[in-house]
Amino acid sequence: MYAFTYQRPTTLADAATAIQAEEAKLLGGGQTLLPTLKQRLARPTDLIDLGAIPELKGIRETDGGLEIGAFTRHAEVAHSDLVKRVIPALASLAEGIGDRQVRNMGTMGGSIANADPSADYPSAVVALKGTVTTDRRSIAGDDFFTGMFETALEPGEIVKSVRFARPDKAAYAKFRNPASRYAIVGVFVAKFGAEVRVAVTGAAGSVFRATAFETALAADFRAEALNGLSVEADGLNADIHASADYRAHLVAVMAKRAVEAAG
Amino acid sequence: MANPNGIGAPVRRREDQRFLTGRGNYTDDFKRLNMTHAVHVRSPYAHARILGIDFADAAAMPGVVAVLTGADMEADKVGSLPCGWQIHSKDGSPMKEPPHYPLARDRVRYVGDAVAVVIAETREQARDAAEMVVVDYEELPAVGSSTRAVAGAAPLVHDDAPDNVCYDWHLGDKAATDAAFANAAHVAKIDLVNQRLVPNAMEPRAAMGEYDQSSGEYTLTTTSQNPHVTRLLMGAFVLGIPEHKLRVVAPDVGGGFGSKIFHYGEEAVVTWAARKVGRPVKWTADRSESFLTDAHGRDHVSHAELAMDADGNFLALRVSTLANLGAYLSTFAPSIPTYLYATLLAGQYKTPAIYAEVKAVFTNTAPVDAYRGAGRPEACYLIERLVDVAAGVVGMDKTEIRRRNFVPKEAMPYQTPVALQYDTGDFAKNLDIALPLVDYPGFQQRRAESKARGKLRGIGFATYIEACGIAPSNVAGALGARAGLYECAEVRFHPTGSVTVFTGAHSHGQGHETTFAQIVAERFGIPIENVEIVHGDTNKIPFGMGTYGSRSLAVGGSALVKAMDKVERKAKKIAAHMLEAAETDIEVKDGRFTVAGTDKSLGIGDIALQAYVPHNFPLDELEPGLDEQAFYDPKNFTYPNGCHVCEVEIDPDTGVTTIVSFAAVDDFGNVINPLIVEGQVHGGLVQGIGQALYENCVYDEESGQLVTGSYMDYCMPRADDVPSFTVRYHEDQPCTHNPLGVKGCGEAGTIGAAAAVMNAVVDALSDYGVTHMDMPATPEKVWRTIRDATPAMAAE
Repeated sequence: MYAFTYQRPTTLADAATAIQAEEAKLLGGGQTLLPTLKQRLARPTDLIDLGAIPELKGIRETDGGLEIGAFTRHAEVAHSDLVKRVIPALASLAEGIGDRQVRNMGTMGGSIANADPSADYPSAVVALKGTVTTDRRSIAGDDFFTGMFETALEPGEIVKSVRFARPDKAAYAKFRNPASRYAIVGVFVAKFGAEVRVAVTGAAGSVFRATAFETALAADFRAEALNGLSVEADGLNADIHASADYRAHLVAVMAKRAVEAAG
Repeated sequence: MANPNGIGAPVRRREDQRFLTGRGNYTDDFKRLNMTHAVHVRSPYAHARILGIDFADAAAMPGVVAVLTGADMEADKVGSLPCGWQIHSKDGSPMKEPPHYPLARDRVRYVGDAVAVVIAETREQARDAAEMVVVDYEELPAVGSSTRAVAGAAPLVHDDAPDNVCYDWHLGDKAATDAAFANAAHVAKIDLVNQRLVPNAMEPRAAMGEYDQSSGEYTLTTTSQNPHVTRLLMGAFVLGIPEHKLRVVAPDVGGGFGSKIFHYGEEAVVTWAARKVGRPVKWTADRSESFLTDAHGRDHVSHAELAMDADGNFLALRVSTLANLGAYLSTFAPSIPTYLYATLLAGQYKTPAIYAEVKAVFTNTAPVDAYRGAGRPEACYLIERLVDVAAGVVGMDKTEIRRRNFVPKEAMPYQTPVALQYDTGDFAKNLDIALPLVDYPGFQQRRAESKARGKLRGIGFATYIEACGIAPSNVAGALGARAGLYECAEVRFHPTGSVTVFTGAHSHGQGHETTFAQIVAERFGIPIENVEIVHGDTNKIPFGMGTYGSRSLAVGGSALVKAMDKVERKAKKIAAHMLEAAETDIEVKDGRFTVAGTDKSLGIGDIALQAYVPHNFPLDELEPGLDEQAFYDPKNFTYPNGCHVCEVEIDPDTGVTTIVSFAAVDDFGNVINPLIVEGQVHGGLVQGIGQALYENCVYDEESGQLVTGSYMDYCMPRADDVPSFTVRYHEDQPCTHNPLGVKGCGEAGTIGAAAAVMNAVVDALSDYGVTHMDMPATPEKVWRTIRDATPAMAAE
């Protein structure tokens, strides 16, 4: 790890000022950033720890769903009675992130701002009609993830919270990378009345919606409705663990499993 | 049993208290006044010429004490890391043994090859400066795999090893084997890869060198499985330090699995540098360095054929193996794919003729050497996969073809066609114990139930025999070993009756401090708390050979028994004197010395006190003291053997294989501590399962870059990947040639498990016409196999 200046502001305003420093980085739960620093793959001048800012914390029920503070750790989402009652699929997704240590440290804001192509939360943000609130504006979940490790966030913009709409039915099904246990493919299926959203993470550079699946499920919300449907392998990720056509196949398998789990 | 903590008692490991409460003392825990930290500059290229090294900027960085290179070592006449085993090729020529310098001199030959070392006040400062060392490389074409190494016109890893061949060796009777094949009714064939593995001990390698300017003595504290061998090799061959001026300490070591047997360059670097900079120098590998530079395991590509008569009796086995040794010869590398592999190719079967050829090659990859099982898992996997194929060829049940060909118990001792003589073993009994454990008759029903749920179920058998406690020295010497293979022990009674045992074996997870103490407690009838086991320090213990090849108890335990025999003989003389009886009238039982037919007796504690306070002592016949030393050189290997049965279920939609059950029946001879034995089996099984389903060390074939250089890509088995194991052992066939009747249990699980799992996977896929799949059986590989076998399903 290279030397850096550690800062721990207690207000969002102070954090917003601190992050203006050149080469400063925001620190959430540190589950990606700290290993990167330890391997000397990043060299920030300043780390702005967001852990002492009350405005970034807490889980609230809203009119149509939930609002979760950016500095809410995965374990808090997983174990929250409120989340389990309003959107149980989201609690279940959180309980499946990484391992216990990761869940006790990692935060929702950190996860979505990092936009790892194999992270779990992006699928929920998109499938649950999420809205990302920052210190500057609101960004629709559909517009938030713009590419591999890329988001709509501007330099120095800080995620405050994420709002999720409450679905009638929803479930997340994930196929883990056997080594890292990140999602090789994760599919979040959510049904809102006649509308169905199917958001896929892990398979491509960024989360995407499987629109053909959505149409089929909107007509018939059963796993069988997806028989014969698939996503195009072209453009999907490929590595030593999973080729693009295997990922494409898994998207269909996981989508069916999510529909079954959603009931 | 007389002693509650004696032989056969499931004593909890005495060392676990300190390990589990963070009080272990590992090499990196040692701190010295004025200590400096070393960080190595390593090659990012698999193969390159070093045109120059510019470390002026690095040397000027804060805290930097020194930057040293191969040129400095050359100037100090530092030698090459020696190889401890010499193999001769078919034509009688010795293997190619190119130099392996601790810091590369003109060329680097694998990614991670050390080029320079930076020594600084802190580790971070050393790392900062190491990044500033500018090495001018001329990149050369690389050889990233064994098959590429022998392909025509491949680049040469070493100029003096034509065609990249280290040796081209063979074993067995070629003519007899060919003749048997000519008359065979059936021939089963297989091509398989036994993939390369990274050892992944929990504790990374570390080394600290010290030099005492007043005495001229060096001390190396290191993560070693055998400190005496490191002292001999480094002192005599690399640094030219006489052994009485070199102390090597291997304190608590957090796992080795073979990878810490060897003498590594970093050990020589820190020891040499400590004198150079006049301060202690410590180096600790980070995990990335471990992946790159720990000696890897396995990496065989083989073709094998089994000749049978019409009834499925094995007539002959023919094996051809290409073994990857990596860029340089690690300490025992040449022996692994030869005398620890080909000699085991008989397995449990009475195949009358066997011929094996092994071509070992250099590549631009990390050195390959012994890894838990070391040659024997490769042999077991090849035989047992081939036997399953053979069962298919002749249409026999997989258990029956094995049973038909087992070496019968009555044939023991049995001389195999590949040099070994098995002393004991009842292979049919292992199978008989295993079959009810797995409800073999009920398997077809379970398979049908799985099928009804859309799943594929398979059952796999593997029988194995291994040669452990590698021995005797004279035989090993004739086969090319450049070391002895005995073990030593010293049993030192103290005046108040407590005992310190010094053993040349080394514990890095095996539990010697418990098992060895049980043997002493049992023999002398004393509480286990009164026995201390000391190991791992060349200044404390006699010359020992360390721990590898499941040898500690079979060889080190036997040395301990010999030393205890000497103690008892002397104690008997002292007792006779004290009890005023003839020595022949003294009866000894559980450490009590009694005059036959009387109630006159003494405990060993009374005798120990008299030995050190010799007021009533036969000083004209005996020296005072009760402290005896013994060396034991085994008469033969020991032959642990067993039968492993694995049942798997495959999800054809994803290709995921789940192990439903796993039963291991083993014959380890007599068992000293069943709890430790069971733990060893569990750990071994998980490592074998890891190879079968998860682990795979991948180098890019052309660039020689390590693709799986972290846990993000190198898949280790985890607790939730394995089932609760069913482990059984029997003690009906103790080893006949060592005093404890023990055989060794450390590697057995790893040897049998991979074959059992893969046989189960292939069995599960048998409906698709699959007869073989290379390890690891990853989800995508399994899914693709199924899809390619059933084009109709893939189109769905």
